[in-house]
Amino acid sequence: MITLTDYLVLGAILFSLGVAGIFINRKNVIILLMCIELILLAVNINFIGFSHFLRDLGGQVFVFFILTVAAAESAIGLAILVVLFRNRETINVSDLDTMKG
Amino acid sequence: MQLVLFYIFAAVMLSAATMVITARNPVHSALFLVLVFFNAAVLWLMAGAEFLGIALVLVYVGAVMVLFLFVVMMLDINLAPLREGFIRYLPIGAAVAIAMAFEMVAVVTSGNFHLGVGAPGTGPADVNNTKALGTLLYTVYAYPFELAAAVLLVAIIAAILLTLRRRPDTKHQTPGRQVRVRKEDRLRIVRVETEKRG
Repeated sequence: MITLTDYLVLGAILFSLGVAGIFINRKNVIILLMCIELILLAVNINFIGFSHFLRDLGGQVFVFFILTVAAAESAIGLAILVVLFRNRETINVSDLDTMKG
Repeated sequence: MQLVLFYIFAAVMLSAATMVITARNPVHSALFLVLVFFNAAVLWLMAGAEFLGIALVLVYVGAVMVLFLFVVMMLDINLAPLREGFIRYLPIGAAVAIAMAFEMVAVVTSGNFHLGVGAPGTGPADVNNTKALGTLLYTVYAYPFELAAAVLLVAIIAAILLTLRRRPDTKHQTPGRQVRVRKEDRLRIVRVETEKRG
């Protein structure tokens, strides 16, 4: 019998993997975008689990909206990446210091 | 049986997620991310979210990941400088991840969530998941649904406008001028004297 804890633990571990990916791949923008996808997927797994075990479809509606926003985010992120590569010939995060932040 | 399947798919998913963040080649990362999404879709199906499971495969694997692969393969990236610092940041990344995972698992398994006590399941038994979700989406969540459509429209326009490039030497039509053209601009009537046969 699958319990809610199984889904929550799975989401927690996946979220941690996404955060670890952001730490260890801090030079590569593409992998950073993929790690953001992993983190959003972890959140979605939590929503699905709660929706299943609380018998409330609102969680699935939220997952629907998160998927929409995540797709828009990755589309714009990749477009920015393409423009960046066209102008700077690099996607290395440490080279992107024009704004001196 | 269901629990065994859950653990199998979860294990495949977590190992694929590990490969996403450690793979040397970004193409391999993207392909492992596809595997992660497939396993997540199966887990969602097991939780009764059939529509979202299929939508995850169609939208994410079919569109977003193809876009990722497209960009990764299109950009000619020198991978060596992007890998530097990998070993250096591996200990702190692993430490933070393990600490976070440990804390979250400790909270989740502490028994404070007495939520799964009832029989799981979503919606009434005689309506399938897609119909129930659609009914909810088009009634209660109608305005957020339209806002989501607006978000997607803005994303489309932004993505196109960001990557639009006008080169000065390309030839292209300007439909406005084509429509505005008049007969006098193009047509010149020349009176030619007819020769008289002598």
